[in-house]
Amino acid sequence: MSEYDWLSEVRALVGREYGRVYAWDEVNPMMVRQWCEVMGIENPLYTDPEYAKQSEFGELVAPPAMLQPWCLEGLHMNNYPPGSTDENPYEVLGLLEQQGYPSVVAVNSELNFERYLRMGEKLYYTTIIKEVSEEKTTALGTGFFVTQIMPFYSVKEAGDEKVGELLFRVFKFRPAHSKASFENKSAAEKPDATKTDAIPRPYPGISDDTRFFWDGCAKHELRIQHCKSCDALQHPPAPVCSHCQSFDLDYKVSAGTGEIYSFVVMHYPEVPPFDYPNPIGLIELDDGVRMIAGLVGVNISELEIGQRVEVEFTSFDDDLVLPLFRSKSG
Amino acid sequence: MTLMKTKQFEDVCMGDQLPALEIPITVALIAGGAVATRDYFPGHHDKDAAQELGSPHIFMNILTTSGLVQRFVEQWCGPEGRFADLRIRLGAPNYPGDTMMFQGEVTALDASSRTAEVTLKGKNSMGNHVTGTVAVTLP
Repeated sequence: MSEYDWLSEVRALVGREYGRVYAWDEVNPMMVRQWCEVMGIENPLYTDPEYAKQSEFGELVAPPAMLQPWCLEGLHMNNYPPGSTDENPYEVLGLLEQQGYPSVVAVNSELNFERYLRMGEKLYYTTIIKEVSEEKTTALGTGFFVTQIMPFYSVKEAGDEKVGELLFRVFKFRPAHSKASFENKSAAEKPDATKTDAIPRPYPGISDDTRFFWDGCAKHELRIQHCKSCDALQHPPAPVCSHCQSFDLDYKVSAGTGEIYSFVVMHYPEVPPFDYPNPIGLIELDDGVRMIAGLVGVNISELEIGQRVEVEFTSFDDDLVLPLFRSKSG
Repeated sequence: MTLMKTKQFEDVCMGDQLPALEIPITVALIAGGAVATRDYFPGHHDKDAAQELGSPHIFMNILTTSGLVQRFVEQWCGPEGRFADLRIRLGAPNYPGDTMMFQGEVTALDASSRTAEVTLKGKNSMGNHVTGTVAVTLP
């Protein structure tokens, strides 16, 4: 795919290093305490001077995840403290914005800590543009991933000291959804459409041939299709007996016990709403037919072929009942 | 507080599961977290602005997610665990009204530096909000 002509101007910035951006405030206990309050962090190392005195630091230190906020400009964008660079370390994002990619979200933050910060330290960081991706489309929209490297330093008389480094990646994009689409949704669909909708379990496709099975699940009966002509059982349900081709079918209710004939454990990709790792069994029922079903209450590292299992009917999303299989101990 | 116990490196085994941590996602946490991390980007406190940007509601900033990841790991290892790195990747946004459940396990141990690596995820109703790794050095 050929790239846009204007991208060469953007790509020319890759590798460029921008000057210092200082912190407005020295590392201080008031901002630390408020940060800990919001995050729900109760480690006394950050807020209790008596406790901190007995630590290897001998005094309060700042939470490591707070490294980047010290140097953010605050309410007014690009309003950096005196002594900071006159350059705009984010000019690459401005260039993309001019080309019609107005939105931005952060996608990666990789913090590396050389040491913890003490109260009173004055920080600054510099910025290196590491990478601008090809144009990509995600669920949010279409745009570019921009990766920056930001080393953080503490100002010292004897020479400034590196205290940590951040790899920060953002997605600068043209949104796939407009504001109007949310407003229409709230008006048309329900009063609280801005509340997120949980992703439901996929529903089975139900046909005249399979309805008896799902009706059985709703009543917590594991129904297996039965041929009235030749007495054979079969699963999954079909319009005709696979043994004698008879159309004269009904069902028997299984005791729901059996053993694991085979299994897989799904790790990737993680698809909501399932929990991962996700164990799935091919169950050989004692009735003689096999059935694929989710496994619950099993220790994945101890799963094995031949393990005894028993059906457990589980309700999802109010009106869906699925037959899952639970390990039968002993 | 001083009763909080820190795990010794010898206490930790490969595959150890961290206690799950449930975080209710509220407007107060998202907007408060943005301000506590000095991030005044409108999408984190102004619903109209968030919708202009293509989101149904305000969404949690990555700096708050990093703070919550620190909390999740620190509650497991104790107050004397020292963070060497904290690497996260965001997926499904955290919107108000949702709940994020953290899960994690020990995926690497380095005896020479007494460092444990935790691989974690924070899952909401739409999938994984965050996945990542944290390296902590233990006493």
